[in-house]
This record gives sequence, C-alpha cells and structure tokens, in this order.
Amino acid sequence: MRNLSFSQATLEAMQEEMRRDERVFIMGEDIAKQGGIFGQFQGLPKEFGYERVRDTPISETALVGAGIGAALAGAVPVIDMHFADFIGVTMDEVLNQMAKMRYMFGGQATLPLVLRAPDGVTQSAAAQHSQSLEAWFLHIPGIKVVIPSNPADAKGLLKAAIRDPNPVIYFEHKNLFRKVGPVPDGDYLTPIGKAAVVRDGQDVTIVSYSAMLGACLEAADQLSRQHGIEAEVIDLRTIVPMDLETIYTSVKKTHRLVIAHEAVKTGGVGGEIAASVSENIIEYLDAPIIRVGAAFTPVPFSPPLEKRVIPQVEQIVEAVRKARW
Amino acid sequence: MVNTNLPADLLKEWYYRMLMIRRFEEKINEKFLAGEIPGFVHLYIGEEATGVGVCSALRKTDYITSTHRGHGHTLAKGADVKRCMAELYGRKTGYCKGKGGSMHIADFSIGMLGANGVVGGGFNLAVGAALAVQLRKGDQVAVCFFGDGASNRGTFHEALNMASVWKLPAVFVCENNQWASTTPLHEATAVTDIALRASSYAMPSTIVDGNDVFAVYEAAVEAIERARQGGGPTLVECKTYRIKGHFVGDPEQYRTREEVISQLEENDPLKNFLIRVQSEQLLGEQELVAIEEQVAAEIEEAVRFAETSPYPDPEEAFDDVYVEEVS
Repeated sequence: MRNLSFSQATLEAMQEEMRRDERVFIMGEDIAKQGGIFGQFQGLPKEFGYERVRDTPISETALVGAGIGAALAGAVPVIDMHFADFIGVTMDEVLNQMAKMRYMFGGQATLPLVLRAPDGVTQSAAAQHSQSLEAWFLHIPGIKVVIPSNPADAKGLLKAAIRDPNPVIYFEHKNLFRKVGPVPDGDYLTPIGKAAVVRDGQDVTIVSYSAMLGACLEAADQLSRQHGIEAEVIDLRTIVPMDLETIYTSVKKTHRLVIAHEAVKTGGVGGEIAASVSENIIEYLDAPIIRVGAAFTPVPFSPPLEKRVIPQVEQIVEAVRKARW
Repeated sequence: MVNTNLPADLLKEWYYRMLMIRRFEEKINEKFLAGEIPGFVHLYIGEEATGVGVCSALRKTDYITSTHRGHGHTLAKGADVKRCMAELYGRKTGYCKGKGGSMHIADFSIGMLGANGVVGGGFNLAVGAALAVQLRKGDQVAVCFFGDGASNRGTFHEALNMASVWKLPAVFVCENNQWASTTPLHEATAVTDIALRASSYAMPSTIVDGNDVFAVYEAAVEAIERARQGGGPTLVECKTYRIKGHFVGDPEQYRTREEVISQLEENDPLKNFLIRVQSEQLLGEQELVAIEEQVAAEIEEAVRFAETSPYPDPEEAFDDVYVEEVS
C-alpha cells in the first residue's frame, strides 16, 4: 500500500493494462503531447508511442465513433472525452451505436470500449464544463457506468473497465484528480457492479458516489459529533449495473435513507434508488427518503453562485436530520 | 469502356450477386406488402452494381459498413441469403436472431459490420475499423458505403478528415442515388458531385457510373489497393439512381413515374450488364440461364427457410444486452 493521487492511480491503471494487452490504446484531444489537462496521461507516450497514445482532431463524434469501429475490429480503445460535457457532441454514437450494437446484431458484436469522462464542478468552469451527467446513461440499456470516489477505486475500476467486454463510461470527477489516498500494490481490479460500505452506522443510510462521497463522510462525522447520529455511508462506485442489494441490506438495518449526488436532483440517480427502495422494501422505512442534489439550474460561473446550487456538507447534514423525524 | 480482360468467373459472380440482390429485394417488396415482413424496409433495387462492384474487389476479411439500405451490401459481401431472409422475417435463425431486422442486418463473420438505421452512422465505424487495422499493422481495408444525403451529416466531415490525416486504410463509397429520402440532391446539397468534397480532406476521389459494374469494380480496385498499400483513403462516387421509393410503401409523391421509368430504361445496372456481356460475348447464354435458375432456386429456398423458422422465444429479448459475465 502506498499513497497516490487519483490522477497517478489512473495513470498506473493505463500503464499496466497497456503492458498487459497490446490491443489497448488511448486517444483523445491533447492527451499525448500535453499529458492531459489533469496530468493523467503524463509520460504514457514515452513508453507506448504516439500511435497507441494518440492526439486526435477536435472531432468528438469521430473520436467515439472510431472507438466503436476499432472495438468492433478487435482493438480495445480507451477514449478520453476531455470533459464529460462533450459527450453531448457525440451522443448519437453513444446512444444509437455504442449502446445498441451488441443487442441489435444479435450478439455478433463485442465492444470492449472505455469512455473516460472527467465530470463535475471545479474552479468555476461554468455551465458547459461542470456537469455530472451519469443519470443519462442509467437510462440507456447496453452501457455500464462506473464512477470512483478515491484513488484505489480509480485504479481498480479503470482496469476492470478496460477488461470488461462491454462499453463502459468511466466518470472521473475533476476535483478528485489531485486527491491523494492509499492504493494497493500490484495488479487488482475493483469489481464493476459492487458498492462499498465505507462507514458503518445504524441510524441512517447515506448513498453517494464520486466527489460527493467526501462531503457525505464529512457530514457523517459532524452528525456523530454534534447530534449523536451514526450514519452508514455507501459508495455506489458503479451506476450501471447498480448494486441495489447492498443498499437494501443497509436500509433494512437503519430504516432511513438519504441519497446525495452532485448531479441535478431532478431525474437523477437518487430518484431511481428511491423508487427501487420504495418498490421493494418500503416496509423497512421509518421516514421519507430524502434526495440531495444540485439545484435545477445550469452550473453558474461566479464562485458564490456555483456554491449556492451545488450540494454542500450542511445540506447533507440537514437532509439526514429531516430523515430522522 | 473498361476491363475487357476480366476472368469469366468474376463476371459470373457479378451477375449472380446482382441478380440475387434484385430478386431478394423484389421478394421482400412482395412479402412486405403482403404483411408478412414487419418493420421499415428500404430497397436497393437499381444500385446493385455499386455494392457488388466494390465488394467483389474486397477480401472476405475486409470490413464494410452499410446504411439503412443495407440488404444489398450484406449480400454483395457474401452473406447467406437464407439467414438474411430469416432476419427480415424476424426469425430466430436470422443473422441477428430477430433483434435487428432490415435496418440492422449484419454478418460479422464476413466483416459486414452492420446496416445502420442512422443516416451517416457508418462513417466513423469504418474509420475505427481502419484504425484498428493500422494499429495492428494488418492489411485489411474498411469500406464505408453511404448515400448523397449522408454526405450532409457532420459525421462525414469528421470521419473523412480523420481518415485522411491518419492515412487510414479506408475507402468511402458514395452511392449518389439522387434522392435523400424524399428530397432531391439539388435541394439539399450545395454540390452536384459529392466527390468534390474530398478535396477538403486532401483525399483522392473519382466519379464513376454507378450503374456500370465494370466501372465501379475498376475504381474500387484502385482505391482498395491504395488503401492496402498505405496510401490512405479514397472517395469513390458512384452515380446511380434509387428505382424504388425511400421505403416500401412510399407513395412517392415527390417525383414522377416518368422519371423512374426513364431511369429504368437507361440506367438499370442489370440490364446494362447483360447488354455488355452479350454484345461482347463475355458470357454465354447457357451460363446466364444457369445463374438465373440458381438464384431463383436460392430465393425460393430462402423464403421457405424463413417462413418455416421459429420466432425467437420472447425471453430471448433479454439476451445480448451485455456480454454475459464469464465466471
């Protein structure tokens, strides 16, 4: 075990997978010569060359479409979207090609493809560079969606995504790239589709993921210190396929549920979790399920405005107290 | 006139495949109108020479991407007519086990990477297949078939630029059939020749009579060879005509019957082929009749196969959303 930044952890994952399997290559805008806007590709071309670590034209549609074509023809592409927001540019390739091909061709196609999508609010990047869009892809069968919250999972989930024979969207929060944490030595995978209970508690369950998980852990500490409430915190880690069993097990114990994410609350992942819990184990609930998410606005530029619409620790604390009625 | 020294086997293959496509499409038209085939169906009648001319210059291991009008490309690349028919009938024995139908027919075993329900959806897939080949230093080629309408999609621009700047082993074959669904070429497209657009990508291009399989083949051989030798992509524009409506059942209120009839008289690729081989005595009458009989028998057998094949079990709707985990 050593301490690595989230960015270094993803870099290690890329290095190990590219050494292991020569079919793996990565392409994107400004990744090879610049090393990526978060330094996450630094040094990769030196080891693997500019063919396998490839700068591309500013052509997001071709980037994803060619990734799909390459996967169909036997390669294992990792596509860097630069910013998750730019998936909007290439949505047809994601929605109508990538997600559908295996199914509509009756299982003939295999698409071992990873889309790396740096998402979330950071440094006042404003409306077109700050979004959290994971819920879009929860609604499209045929894609897996993973979303790590710490360096260890960043590495393990990226390696698992590259080895997965299905298309996987890998959301990596821009504010996490510099976050440092323990990373196991050697080759390991974080299983796709498995949530992790990261804090034990018996009074309330908080489900979160990505950067918001850190805020939830802070809120849980505050709740413990100031209100004597012990929250169980679950890191979802994978959005599709979703590990509802881990959530059910926890809610059956705590009887209360709060879901927090940075994405817009309306139509978000929290709504899907809330509906599933209500449909399946409502008899265990002692209080309404509370969702915490961004306000129903685009992400504004000015720091006080940005802070106003994105969930903060206090809102999670408040939500838990509401669920404790 | 081009290609007078072609082997008889190649000419026979052309006739066999073009006629197979024509009879297949005629049968589909009939069965669709009779209510026996579900879905949306787009016919390739009148464009047989482009698919067959190009695919006969390819190897089995080469890749093609197709369009919503994809039965012809699939058969031209060498797919089994029985499994094509069964797919259009929505049967379990079809290429896609009844999950794709007309618009998503595919045969990956011969490099046919799928018909595509999104116009312009195939450009980037072909670029990606060519990129995979280049990365593994292979010698395959990826051909993208597309229509004049698709050349107005942004995917055309991104794909042709990327293919050219990376010198990928790709060939872009435009089937300029004069109609983008119900809109004529001149109303929707700023150029008459799609091939002109290749100059924006520093890409060689050529324009051929798409109703002449000899001309298409010759242009395809040159473009495919260039791609295979590392010379990068080519845009081949085949001028042709969509004899049938955009889809089966199209009332075709946007054009006159006279226009279609005159095209059939002047530009039917099958008719053109027969005139040429007969006048130049390239194939004998008996050889032609033998092919016609074989095609008729295979189509009949394909219909029988499709009609007697079972529908998929409803539970199969849940298969192949994802690759199942191997544990």
